[in-house]
Amino acid sequence: MDLYEYQGKRYLARFGIPVAPGTVADTIDEAVAAAERFGYPAALKAQVKVGGRGKAGGVRLVADRAEAAEAASRLFRLAIRGHRVERLWIESASRIAAEYYVSLTLDREARLHLAMVSARGGVDIEDVADHDPAAIARREIDPIDGLSPDGAQALVAAAGIDALAQAGVVDLLVRLYRCYVEGDADLVEINPLVLTASGDLCALDAKVTLDDEASFRHPEWSEFADAEPDDPRERSARAKGLSYVGLDGSVGIIANGAGLAMATLDVVQQVGGAAANFLDIGGAADADLMAGALEVINADGKVRAVLVNVFGGIVRCDDVARGILGAMGRVELASPLVVRLDGTRAREAHEILRPHLSDRLVMEPTMFAAARHAVEIAAGGGR
Amino acid sequence: MSIFADETTLLVVQGLTGSQGSFHGLRNRAYGTKVVAGVTPGKGGGSLDGIPIFDSCAEAVAATGANASFVAVPRQAAPAAILEAAAAGVALVVCITEHIPVQDEVLLFNRLRREFPATRLVGPNCPGVISPGKCNIGITAGEIALPGGPVGVVSRSGTLTYQALHELSEKGVGQTTCVGIGGDRVPGTSFRDVLAAFETDPETGAVLLIGEIGGSEEERAAQFIAEQMTKPVVAYVAGVSAPVGRTMGHAGAIVSGRAGTAQAKIAALGAAGARLARNPSEAGEIMVEVVRGLS
Repeated sequence: MDLYEYQGKRYLARFGIPVAPGTVADTIDEAVAAAERFGYPAALKAQVKVGGRGKAGGVRLVADRAEAAEAASRLFRLAIRGHRVERLWIESASRIAAEYYVSLTLDREARLHLAMVSARGGVDIEDVADHDPAAIARREIDPIDGLSPDGAQALVAAAGIDALAQAGVVDLLVRLYRCYVEGDADLVEINPLVLTASGDLCALDAKVTLDDEASFRHPEWSEFADAEPDDPRERSARAKGLSYVGLDGSVGIIANGAGLAMATLDVVQQVGGAAANFLDIGGAADADLMAGALEVINADGKVRAVLVNVFGGIVRCDDVARGILGAMGRVELASPLVVRLDGTRAREAHEILRPHLSDRLVMEPTMFAAARHAVEIAAGGGR
Repeated sequence: MSIFADETTLLVVQGLTGSQGSFHGLRNRAYGTKVVAGVTPGKGGGSLDGIPIFDSCAEAVAATGANASFVAVPRQAAPAAILEAAAAGVALVVCITEHIPVQDEVLLFNRLRREFPATRLVGPNCPGVISPGKCNIGITAGEIALPGGPVGVVSRSGTLTYQALHELSEKGVGQTTCVGIGGDRVPGTSFRDVLAAFETDPETGAVLLIGEIGGSEEERAAQFIAEQMTKPVVAYVAGVSAPVGRTMGHAGAIVSGRAGTAQAKIAALGAAGARLARNPSEAGEIMVEVVRGLS
């Protein structure tokens, strides 16, 4: 789960990491009132869960009330890489002496944690990584040992952090490591970490990604979960507990397992079609789940044919077949269904479906044949 | 031969009295796997369908000589169960448990690497290991596999692994061993580890590798194939048509550069000399040709 900047800063602050005081604003009036309260110059920052905000004009520095109103009005009309701005974070602008970069994430290849620090933080950190990789100091951390102050000191020195700021960055890194491990984050990144003119450190931005698998031991995360997906199809799928990603094609996809679902998308594309979605019904494909999946896809106006591709392992195909029939009884399907069931109890499943086959419910023996058939139906207009 | 597990494997099932453990443990035994013990703390002295239950892995190993463990316990208990098996001297631990937090996984992996280097963990969140006709540990439906080799299969996915086995078996191509390494970010066993084992297994003549988008497992496998693999490899990477994910922050991009997309993985595997399939069916067809060419 990705956090907005303002949520990320709150999360960091919980572990004693200094962040600039600020507040959220959902309207122009709230934004102006907040700027007045913090004083000028103030920073108005669009809250979006996507990178490249600064370059897209999502951060504005304002010097007075009129500028604050004008900036807020522009920001609320902005879309950054397709993400509409619905909330701003207002803080008093820091006087910046230096901008650093610090992050902690998993190094999947080494299967260790990786801390990275650079004295050249700011919007161009990826350019720095491309053109001057030595400017980013890295340190792998074995989770058994953790990050000691000595380890952090070595990293900070290697990064060339200004001498007067080194002790502060070391302390911050040790706290950030605690936030990352105890806070069950996949990523904590502060860019920029600023050294202010008065010599204080402050996280001017925060990118925090939490590990969804750890939510069971973090009841406090519920405050972050309120944000609903923009796509109404994804909202509806989430409410039904389905793993769904909306796409732009005309063939609705239901498969079990992420790998098979991805392979299904690939095959649909290879036979000349385009998938309307990625939908993994997982390991428990009962009638309710199947009905829910069909409802979500049915509500998608672009869908012209639905492809169900299930390989039974733990999932029994006869349960899936009964689920399909049950769902068809409950949901009036706008598009024909092409079904491919293989693996555990496939023969029984075929017997169950056979009496119900029609031009609205088609069965195919292989993934390929099913994909081809579904794409043909979709190309012919389907519903 | 086969890798990791065969007819001599003696299996202990941790969590045998639970719903997953009993269902899959008994299914594995019905396949022919020698399931010699179960472990459920507090239920030692009992038995399940003739399989003796012990309170701890150490007791189970001492009493039965078990040399492999199947961990089918909930995620809160799984890391401790895996370490318990390793401490008891078990050489192979297969863990099917899903949804283990990544912080727990990375700590577990490094503890195994440091304290129990002789123990191999496969998974978590994997379908398991099956050496057709000999031993099935995990949740793979045994009947979709075909004994006799010569193909070794390694995959990160669950259902896609079944699809791949099915494609091979349908075409009459048998398998030596199929290893599902699991889709989590910190797998106990990597593609590279499995490729190395297949490379030295005399009965494995060719390898089918099923990858998917994300991470750099496939890129590392490609490096191994280029540098050390003499046996032919057929590869399919799922997710060519998947939408590019939104990424937060820069750390991921700085760490992995352009690795991670299906295109990058396919390019790396192709450059390493693997034969590339565009879908599971094509992978099966190419493997038929490859097997025909084995002397």
